[in-house]
Amino acid sequence: MATAVTDAIGPEASPATAGGNYLTCDRSVRSWVFTLDHKRVGIMFLVTVVICLGLGALFALLIRTELTTPGPTIMTETTAKLAAALSLGDTRMTPQQMYNRAFTLHGAIMIFLFVLPAIPSALGNFVLPLQLGAKDVAFPRLNLFSYHLFVIGTLFFVVTLLMGGIDTGWTFYAPYSVETRTAVTTAVAGAFLLGFGSIFTGLNFLVTTHTLRRQGMTWFKMPLFVWSLYATAVIQLLATPVLAITLLLLAVERVFGVGIFDPALGGDPVLFQHFFWFYSHPAVYIMILPAMGIVSEVISIHSRKHIFGYRFIAYSSVAIALLGFLVWGHHMVVSGQSPLAGMIFSLLTFSVAIPSAIKVFNWLATMYKGSIALTTPMCYSLIFIFLFGLGGLTGLFLGALATDVHVHDTAFVVAHFHYQMAGGVLMAFLSGLHHWWPKMTGRMYNDKLGRYTALWILIGFNLTYFPQFILGSHGMPRRYFDYTKLLDHIPHLTLYQVISTIGGYMFVSGLVMVAVYLIASLRHGRPAPANPWGGASMEWQTSSPPPPHNFDTPPQVGDPYDFSNLVYDEELQGYVRAR
Amino acid sequence: MTAVDLSHDHGGEGHAPWLAHHFDTPQQQYASAKLGTWVFLLTEVLFFGGLFCAYAVYRHNHPEVFFDGHHFLSTPLGATNTVVLLFSSLTMAWGVRCAQLDQQRGLVTCLCLTLTAAAVFLGIKYIEYSQKWSHHMVPGQARIMAALGIESEHATDHVPGQPAPRGFRPYKEHLMEVLRHSDQERGVVIVSEKAYEAQLEKRIQNLGVFFGIYFSLTGLHAIHVICGMIAIGWLLRRALAGHFSSAYFNAVDCVGLYWHLVDLIWIYLFPLLYLIH
Amino acid sequence: MTDSNSEIQHEGLGHVVPVSTLLAVFAALIVLTYITVFVSTLDVGRWSLWVALAVATAKGSLVVLYFMHLRYDSPFNAFIFATALVFLGLFLGIVLLDSIEYQPDIEMFLRNQG
Repeated sequence: MATAVTDAIGPEASPATAGGNYLTCDRSVRSWVFTLDHKRVGIMFLVTVVICLGLGALFALLIRTELTTPGPTIMTETTAKLAAALSLGDTRMTPQQMYNRAFTLHGAIMIFLFVLPAIPSALGNFVLPLQLGAKDVAFPRLNLFSYHLFVIGTLFFVVTLLMGGIDTGWTFYAPYSVETRTAVTTAVAGAFLLGFGSIFTGLNFLVTTHTLRRQGMTWFKMPLFVWSLYATAVIQLLATPVLAITLLLLAVERVFGVGIFDPALGGDPVLFQHFFWFYSHPAVYIMILPAMGIVSEVISIHSRKHIFGYRFIAYSSVAIALLGFLVWGHHMVVSGQSPLAGMIFSLLTFSVAIPSAIKVFNWLATMYKGSIALTTPMCYSLIFIFLFGLGGLTGLFLGALATDVHVHDTAFVVAHFHYQMAGGVLMAFLSGLHHWWPKMTGRMYNDKLGRYTALWILIGFNLTYFPQFILGSHGMPRRYFDYTKLLDHIPHLTLYQVISTIGGYMFVSGLVMVAVYLIASLRHGRPAPANPWGGASMEWQTSSPPPPHNFDTPPQVGDPYDFSNLVYDEELQGYVRAR
Repeated sequence: MTAVDLSHDHGGEGHAPWLAHHFDTPQQQYASAKLGTWVFLLTEVLFFGGLFCAYAVYRHNHPEVFFDGHHFLSTPLGATNTVVLLFSSLTMAWGVRCAQLDQQRGLVTCLCLTLTAAAVFLGIKYIEYSQKWSHHMVPGQARIMAALGIESEHATDHVPGQPAPRGFRPYKEHLMEVLRHSDQERGVVIVSEKAYEAQLEKRIQNLGVFFGIYFSLTGLHAIHVICGMIAIGWLLRRALAGHFSSAYFNAVDCVGLYWHLVDLIWIYLFPLLYLIH
Repeated sequence: MTDSNSEIQHEGLGHVVPVSTLLAVFAALIVLTYITVFVSTLDVGRWSLWVALAVATAKGSLVVLYFMHLRYDSPFNAFIFATALVFLGLFLGIVLLDSIEYQPDIEMFLRNQG
C-alpha cells in the first residue's frame, strides 16, 4: 500500500517494518476484535460512532419531516400502527407517542453513542499516544475493554429500539421514566455500560498523559489536543460515576419499587435532576473540550503560525473542566429547584464564558497574519468558530434567569444546543477526521470536494437551526408534535419549519457526501505523505499509516507549534524537516 | 504477527516477562498502575457518593424515618461485620507486605485469610438480609405496604407486589410493636389510640424509604465485596503460580487498594445505618 | 510469614509497612469501633451523628494512610483522593442546600392536598 511512498520520505520516517503498518500487519478479524493497539481501537470506535451518527441522523430527519406541516405529516395512525406492529414490546402507539419516541431515540443515540465518544474515544484514542510519543496507552487491555463495553451498550440501545423505543426524552426524567411502560430499563442499562466505557477511556488517557510522555516532553510541550483530552478525562472521571449511580437507582426503582426519585413511592424527582445534571452538564464539556482541542491544532497548523497564547488555551481547558462542575443547576431553573440555587447557578454559569472566550480570541489571534490554507480541516474549524460563537452567545440568554424563564423548553433551546453539539462538536469532529485521515488511512481525499461539501453543510446547518432561534423566541415549544393551534400566534410558523426541514436534508446529504468521498479515498486516494499539512507534533514524524509500535525511529520532542524548520517538498507533496 | 502477539513480544528487548512492551522501566509500570488504581478509586468514591447524597438529603429532611428504621437493624451483627472487614483489611495489607518481601507462603496465607473474612462478611450480611426479608421489611413504600397487607393510598399498579396477603398481619404487628416500644422508651404521650395507630401505619410506610436506602447502599457494597473476592481469588491463583515477587507485585498492591476502599465505605455505612440516635 | 526484618532498607518498589505498624493500626481500628458503638448508646442528642462521623473519619484516615500506604505514596495520588472528597463534598453540599431550600414548598403542597 503506502509502503513504497513512506520508503522515500527519508530520515524523518524510516520505512515501515517488515510486517507492514498497523493496518496491514495482520488482516484477520480476530486481530481486530481483540487488538491491544490503540490505533486499531480508535479505528473501531470511529466506525461504530459513525454508524450511530447515521442512525441518529435518520431519526433527526424523521422529526424534521414530521414538523414540516402543522398536523400529522408522516407520523399518522397508519404509520404508528405499523411501527407498533414491528416492535417486539408495546403494541399500542399513537402518532404522538411515535413522535416522542423518535426525538428520544434521536437524542439518546446522538448524545450517548455519537457526541460523547466521537472525539475522545475515536480520534483521541488514535492520536493521543502518537502525540505523546508513546507506544500505546497505559492500559491497552482496559482500552479494548472500553470498546467492548461501548459495543455492548450500543447493542442495548438496539434492543431498546426493537422493543419499540423509549419516550422519556434522553434525560430519563423521573417520575415519568419510573412509570412509563416503554423499554427504559434496557436503555438505562445500555447507558450505564457506556458510562463505564467512558470512565475507563478517561482513566487511560489521564494515566497515559502522566506516565507515558516521551523523555523531554514537559507539560507545556504537549500539543493542545492532549491538554483538552486531559481536561476531558478529568470530567469523565469525576462526573460519569454519578450518572452511573443515577441510572442504577433508576433501574432499581423500576424493578424493585425503591422510592428515591418517584414521589408516588416517597421519592424526590428534583433529586433525580440534581443527580442527572451533576453528570450531564459537565458532560457537555466532555463533548466540547476535545472539539476545542482539535480546533487549536488545526487553526495553528493550517495557518502555519505558532498558536497564540498556548498557556492560556491549555489553562482554559482545565478551567472549563472545573467550572463545568459548578453550573449544573441552570438546567433546573423552572423545574422545582429553589430560587436561591437558581441565582447561584446562574451567576456561576456566566463564568464559563470567560475561558471559552479566551480560546476563541486566541484562535483568531493565531490566524492573524498567518498564511492560511483553506484546506478541508481548516474550513471545518472556521465553521466551528462561527457556529460555536453563535451557540455560545445564545447560551448567555439561557444562563440568565429571567430570559431563561421566557425561552425555556422552546425551539430556542433546541437551536442553542444544536449550534454547540452539531455546529460545535460535529464540525470539530469532521475537522479532526479530515486532519488525521491521511495519518489514519495513509490516503489523501479529494480536498476540493471536501471544501465544497463543507460549504454545503454550513448552509444546510444554518437553514436548519437559525429559524429555530426565531421560532423559539416567539414561543414555539420544543417536543411538540402538532402545532396547528400555534399558527395564529407565531408569524410565518410553517414557513420557518419548512426552511428548517429543507436545511436538515441539506445538512444530512452533506454528511453522506463526506462519507462517500472519504470511503472513495481508501481505494482511489493518492498515498499520503508522512506530513501532509506540515504539523510539528510527533504524530507527523511517523509514517502514514504508522507502524504497529507507532515509531520506527524515536521522534524528536520539540515545540509542537514551531513550524519554522518544516519545508514543503514538491516531490513528496508533504512537509519535511529542513536540514 | 498479530497485534495481540505484539503485546506479549517481550523477548527481543531483554524485558522481564511481566514488563509490558510499552513501558520502559518497572518503575514506570508500577507508577502507572498505582495512579490508575487511585483514579479508579476516585470514581468509586463518586459512584457511592450519589447514594450517600440521597442518604444525606433524606436523613436531613426526615430524621425520624431513619430513627425508626435503625431499630430494625442489628447492631451486634453490624459491629461483628465491621470487625471482620477490618481484619480482612489487615490481612490484605500484610499480604502486600509479604509480596514486597518475596514471602510467597505468607502472601498465599494472607490472601486466603482475606478471602475467608470476605466470605464471613457476606454470610453475616445474608443472615441480616434474610431476617429483613422474612419479616417483610422490603424496600419501597408501596412494596412494604403491599407485603404487610396494609391498604396504601399510593399502591400503584406498576409495583410488582402481590395484593395484600392476609397471613402477614403478624409482621405488621411486629413492626408496630417495635415502634411503640421505642416511643414508650422516649416517653411519648399517646393522646388518641386511633390517631396513634394511623400515625404508626404512616411511619411503617416511610420505613420503605429507609429500607430502600439501606438495601441500595449495603447491596451495592456487597456487590463490591463480591467483585473484590473475585479479584483476590485471581491474585491467589497467580500467587500460587509464583507470579509475584519484590520486583513485580503491582496487581497485589492495586487489588489491595480496592479492597481497602471497600472497607473504608463500610466504615462509614456502619454508623450511618446502624448507630442512629 | 512473621519476618520481622522490616527495618532492613528495601530497595524495591513502594514502601514496606512494618508488621508492628499494621498491628497497631488494626488495634486502633478495633478500639475506635468499640468507641463508636459505645457512644451510640449514650444520649448525646444531635451530636451523635457528628461524633459517629468523626470516629468514622478517624478510622478511615488510618486505613487510607497506613493500609493504603498513602502516607508514603506519591503526593499526586493523595491529591487525587483529596479531589474525590472535594467533589463529593461539592455535590453533596449543593444538593443538600437546594433540597433544604425547597422543602417548605413540598410541605405546603402536601398541606394543601389535605
